[in-house]
Amino acid sequence: MQTEFSPVSAPAAGQSLDRRSFFRLTALAGGGFALGYSYLGSAGTALAADASAAAGLPASVFSPSNYIRVGTDGVVTIYTTRPEVGQGIKTAMPMIIAEEMDVNWKDVKVVSSSIDPDSNAPVPQAAGTPGGPGGGGRGGGRGGAQLPNLDGPFPQSAGGSTSTPQSYQPLRMIGATARVILIEAAAQTWGVPAAECSTENSSVWHKASGRKLPYSQLVATAATLPVPAANAVTPKDPKDYKLLGTRVSGVENQALVTGKPLFGIDQKIPGMVYAIFEKCPVYGSGAVLSANVDEVKKLPGVKDAFVVTAAGGVPHGVAILGTSTWAAFSARKQLKVTFDEGPNTGQSWAAMTQQAQALGANAAAGDGAAFDGVAKVIDASYSFPYISHAPLEPQNCLADVKADRAEIWAPTQNAGDVLSRVLAATGLTARAVKVHVTRSGGGFGRRLNNDYAAQAALISKLAGVPVKLQWSREDDMRFDVFRPAGFGFLKGGIDAAGKLVAWRHHRVSVSGGGAGQDSFPRGFGVTELSPAGMVPSAVPTFAWRAPNSCTGAWVTQSFLDELAHAAGRDPLEFKLEILANPQSGVPGPVNGVTAQVYSERMTAIVKLAAEKLGWGKKLPRGQGQGIAFYCCHGGYVAEAAQVTVSKDGKLTVDHVVAVADVGHTIVNLSGAENQGQGAIVDGLSTMMFPELNIEKGRLVEENFTQYQLLFMPDAPKKIEVHFVKSANNPTGLGEPTLPPVAPAVCNAIFAATGIRVRQFPLTRTSLKWS
Amino acid sequence: MNGPAACAAVPVAGAEIALTAPAGTNTLPASLNLFPPAMNYTLNVNGRTQTVEAEPDTPMLWVLRDHLNYTGVKYGCGVDVCGACTVHVDGESMRSCQIPISEAAGKKFVTIEGLSANGDHPLQKAWCDHDVAQCGYCQAGQIMTAAALLRRTPKPTDADIDKSMSDNLCRCGTYTRIRAAIHTAAAEMAAK
Repeated sequence: MQTEFSPVSAPAAGQSLDRRSFFRLTALAGGGFALGYSYLGSAGTALAADASAAAGLPASVFSPSNYIRVGTDGVVTIYTTRPEVGQGIKTAMPMIIAEEMDVNWKDVKVVSSSIDPDSNAPVPQAAGTPGGPGGGGRGGGRGGAQLPNLDGPFPQSAGGSTSTPQSYQPLRMIGATARVILIEAAAQTWGVPAAECSTENSSVWHKASGRKLPYSQLVATAATLPVPAANAVTPKDPKDYKLLGTRVSGVENQALVTGKPLFGIDQKIPGMVYAIFEKCPVYGSGAVLSANVDEVKKLPGVKDAFVVTAAGGVPHGVAILGTSTWAAFSARKQLKVTFDEGPNTGQSWAAMTQQAQALGANAAAGDGAAFDGVAKVIDASYSFPYISHAPLEPQNCLADVKADRAEIWAPTQNAGDVLSRVLAATGLTARAVKVHVTRSGGGFGRRLNNDYAAQAALISKLAGVPVKLQWSREDDMRFDVFRPAGFGFLKGGIDAAGKLVAWRHHRVSVSGGGAGQDSFPRGFGVTELSPAGMVPSAVPTFAWRAPNSCTGAWVTQSFLDELAHAAGRDPLEFKLEILANPQSGVPGPVNGVTAQVYSERMTAIVKLAAEKLGWGKKLPRGQGQGIAFYCCHGGYVAEAAQVTVSKDGKLTVDHVVAVADVGHTIVNLSGAENQGQGAIVDGLSTMMFPELNIEKGRLVEENFTQYQLLFMPDAPKKIEVHFVKSANNPTGLGEPTLPPVAPAVCNAIFAATGIRVRQFPLTRTSLKWS
Repeated sequence: MNGPAACAAVPVAGAEIALTAPAGTNTLPASLNLFPPAMNYTLNVNGRTQTVEAEPDTPMLWVLRDHLNYTGVKYGCGVDVCGACTVHVDGESMRSCQIPISEAAGKKFVTIEGLSANGDHPLQKAWCDHDVAQCGYCQAGQIMTAAALLRRTPKPTDADIDKSMSDNLCRCGTYTRIRAAIHTAAAEMAAK
């Protein structure tokens, strides 16, 4: 199975935590104070009393790499541990602290934390093996780093839309604790009770006497104070939020639009050389048999070239080091290398498809009596290919590995994985390795796996110089860990009244995971069968944005639409009817959510999405509306789409409405909407064009010339993103807005043309009508 | 904040590097397709005249990034598809990955670093005001393409924008906001 992070709601404030062991206050040389917070246990128990014990750590360890610094200059520096890959987290997470501290946002400076052995942070020792492609369930496959902190199971990671649900509550407490300390400092200065003081706009106020003191003037006193006891700190009531829920422009926007070197690919240090790493294109292959490295070494601009023998998680290959990226790229064209191609050269997408179809042909064997006597039974099969994450910044990493220490600059979603892989590749201990987390040019799940960092580190170690490893676009595509391909063999039964009574989704996955779990109509009074089959493949796979859900939603929400039409019913009404029938006590759609809760949250947003689109309006042939909904990563999202299909089959997505219920608070409204808009485009893009084929055990498509993604002219003409606030704790947004868009659009295509799309990509289905 | 004094133009001179196997300069094997020899080229980038020594086939993308430290120019595909490396050449938006340094002499290059003196071109401001970026990797290329559009077509329609921006990939899907930001910038420029 792929790794799918599940959001976990942190316990409510004031629950089973002695915050004196959670925070440390430090006076800073030259003025100011720092409030650090302790690393605690894994996400699910981030604030639980037993977390530290479970993690094998002392109850409190001060980590200066994670804190708020309040300076005498009025600048409040907030360090953030979540890597920024385009999800807006470098802005959103500090906003939570700033809200609780009542610090004016313009006074905030945000800095990305590195993993720094020079701090007192509990750094992990090398143990186990780093996660490989396709490896690992929750916490598995990444056995190296045991660096518990506030980021959940994976230190300094961002994946699975977990940042907000895991960090919201702890960050509130950090901000609120700082606020209480500052109030106390002011109260002592004025000789008034703390209860008479309040905070606003980076200042403490004593309104009774009309006095105020800016935080910058309170830091000296604050630094001498004890950290308040647990019951003395109460975070704000969300209804009193002033900053959260507003639109805040990303903290690095000005740097982005002026071309500042924020990304991994932009990093440079003196003495650095540029490297490429040629690997065997066949998955699961073996050693280098021959390579003309002696010839390549003599080329101008080439500093070195050598064969790398697989070690520490790095595969066999050839490294070429040049004086510029182009020198290394150019020399690579002169490289003549042969590999032991291993046992997988017979693998092909055609053969995998055949095997999957054979498994699908047996699907009915498991149906038993589920469809006996059912008035109307419909069959359909769906398929989706491998796709690439294709972040626009190809993988790269700058590594400076010395005999006894290393420094790494990595564009990553998962700094802990970088660390554990670098340890395995270099044999260094964690105390000797510093990992700088740069901004990443896209992630989408790819940069949870930091194989490129291990390769850069090993090449630097072998060459004895700092190395920036640069993958070409072709490397990035060829050596991706792909979204698994899959097939769905579905059967649905409708009774005489047009109600859904039986449902079978036989999922056949290629490479593992990805076939899509049924989150619906499970638990809704429908006899449900969801057996699964597996086609083995050497093609490496891993989490791709909204893993499983990104394809599962399309398969299930499309087939429900088919059933509605077969029953002669309005698809919206048909789906709402099923939603209205939750079976209490039945295990819910995902991660223990009950059908009852699912029903309540989903019904509200499905209705609103339909209303906002103008569901049911009379449209000419060639135009149509579709609706779909899905819950994943704790977020409930419904999307309604309206499309136009010309007679010659040209699709225009006119309008997409998304309605999301991700809890009672939207952290950054601008960032949240942007995630929704982007996920809709991403979901359409991967539905419309790209596919990857395997021949002779290797990838056929290698660049955007063959692997087509969506450009502006094909983007929806109008996208609306709405948020419905429910009483639930906030959850993430990077992923849940993606899955519903493909089925909403495909259902709209059917309404417009009568053509059902059952294959990704859309280019495989002609939409011509007459 | 991210990385080692990366803003500074750190020289990355090969001569400073001592490797166990230094590059040879003689007797290249006949089996190899020989590189054309490196030459000195005089370039005009962002109004500055600079000399770069490079092989004549070196794409300006890498000259700008590696030799001259204009890292706002981004590598995405290297094959003229994604637009992340878009710069202005004599006022027109072009893909720097497709321009060898041997064809660069006598032309005026402008990168995102040189689009405005203070990072306050109306497009740069609009990009921040609309919070366009997600990962941001493509956005310098998007802005450079949009700047050329606005020079040609000061008040573009949605269709004009779609057409002109149709070869700049945003993997994060920020097209909606890019359109809006271009309109905002166009309005600001018209008001001046």
